Amino acid sequence: MLPILKMIAQRLGLGLLTLFVVSLVIFFCVELLPGDLAQAILGQSATPETVAAFRQELGLNQPAVTRYMNWLGGIISGDMGRSLANQREISDLISARLGNTLFLAGFAAVIAIPLALVLGIMAALYRNSWFDRSINILTLSSISFPEFFVAYILIYFFAVQWGWFPSISNISSADLSLGDRLYRTFLPALTLTLVVVAHMMRMTRAAIINLLASPYIEMARLKGISRRRVIVHHALPNALAPIFTVIGLNLAYLIVGVVVVEVVFVYPGLGQLLVDSVSKRDLPVVQASAMIFAAVYILLNLTADVLSIASNPRLLHPR
Amino acid sequence: MDTVLKELWKAPLSAKFGMLVILAYVFIALFAPVLAPYSETEIVGSQFEPWGEGFVLGTDNLGRDMLSRLFYGARNTIGIALVTTLLAFLVGITTGFLAAAIGGWMDQLLSRLVDVLLAIPTLIFAFVLLTITGTSILSLILVIALLYAAPVFRISRAVAMNIVVMDFVEVARLRGEGLWWIMRSEILPNALPPLVAEFGLRFCFVFLLISALSFLGLGIQPPSADWGSMVRANATLITYGDVTPLIPAGAIALLTVGVNFVVDWFLHKTSGLKN
Repeated sequence: MLPILKMIAQRLGLGLLTLFVVSLVIFFCVELLPGDLAQAILGQSATPETVAAFRQELGLNQPAVTRYMNWLGGIISGDMGRSLANQREISDLISARLGNTLFLAGFAAVIAIPLALVLGIMAALYRNSWFDRSINILTLSSISFPEFFVAYILIYFFAVQWGWFPSISNISSADLSLGDRLYRTFLPALTLTLVVVAHMMRMTRAAIINLLASPYIEMARLKGISRRRVIVHHALPNALAPIFTVIGLNLAYLIVGVVVVEVVFVYPGLGQLLVDSVSKRDLPVVQASAMIFAAVYILLNLTADVLSIASNPRLLHPR
Repeated sequence: MDTVLKELWKAPLSAKFGMLVILAYVFIALFAPVLAPYSETEIVGSQFEPWGEGFVLGTDNLGRDMLSRLFYGARNTIGIALVTTLLAFLVGITTGFLAAAIGGWMDQLLSRLVDVLLAIPTLIFAFVLLTITGTSILSLILVIALLYAAPVFRISRAVAMNIVVMDFVEVARLRGEGLWWIMRSEILPNALPPLVAEFGLRFCFVFLLISALSFLGLGIQPPSADWGSMVRANATLITYGDVTPLIPAGAIALLTVGVNFVVDWFLHKTSGLKN
């Protein structure tokens, strides 16, 4: 078998195993709570009859293993049960919102990745210049600032002071052209971009600079090749593995960071649903959305792994 | 004492700035009741009053004094983040050292457990746990401490692994010292510098996570003043061109920048690099 196919199959198997364990954790966390979940959600004032009825509804009177099997089987076949808060099918609640969330995260990724690569390569080219130093400061602030701080600063300038973009991403109307949709989601996407771009750029720079001391780069320099060509054609291909890893890591972060940004911009995505459900203690919805977030997170990490191994022949043929 | 002061004096500008910021925040947090012109939860004016004589930063969405709540917020937000980080380190370091000192099945068990904890995004896992436990300050502290004990376990295990193979640990073992004594008196002093730097970084993450949760309405609950929820409650002001809600958000950012500066300097010093 082709080594690359074998490697992908191995990683997929490992990913599925991780996802299985994660589903166990997400499901059985409930059992860790001392006392009774139904009582805890309904509060002290609930009558024994209501608690009993609620236990019935949650299926708490069946053994935990049976419940887990039903739940997992349901999720695999696309039936995630019903929401406790409004009795709607969870798959109905989630499907449209998941699309919106992926659209927003994808939009941010499409801006952030090329931007980070170009800026990172430039920072490596002009090492220790003012450009490089300002990137340093930007990185520090982007890991220190809460997402909502960045979001509200953008709203303050772009939406309130200059009025270029709407401060609320209303994309609920049915006949929205792609351009209009992109326009309305631009500010949330820009927020996410600012949050992840600095880290990716910094790691790109570090990955390239690490290679600059190697003999083959020195050889290329001695042949009289221009700095730009040395970096883009000689250093970059070998720096791809760490770059893929850090991109994967940041995209996975994006999927989670989307939650806060969705709430700031009232964007109808999965994150907003998740936050609402946590405050209503709507456990089935939280568990189902958490599974989806975890699956996307694991899938992204896995893709990054596969890409970084595929980009390096030495890792592909381990001795 | 004298050398400590001398070292502090020689610190770079960024680290001095960081320390100044941290000191100022600690001062405000400790003396909030003295500094604040009004009480934390008292309604003293009408809603959204502008900046001016009576209220330096105006009033919030319920008519409480913004400045007073900002001061009390320092107390609540930083206090809870600090307690949470300390708890996470207590659990993480103990289990990490145990894994390294005992090794074998203990190491395998704890390491695999931590692998699972780290396979789920922190914020999402926090959501699941908070749905189950409900949103009280105690459950917030316990949940986040548990989640952050996992990465602390990883680093303290890695650091301790390099120490348990040293001769002096071997000598202590042969001398018949107990496990607890070895962990506390042999491993801990030698593992301290990287763990202190890690503490600073982890404090920032915990602080940001608690602020984000409070912002989402799932963290510190009203009427307690807290920076994350203050931003959320007054966010409408921004659409009228008022920057007041940005102040608590900026306060969060400033503290994290300050701590990061100090940690950078500390790492630089303990790694033995010269400028």
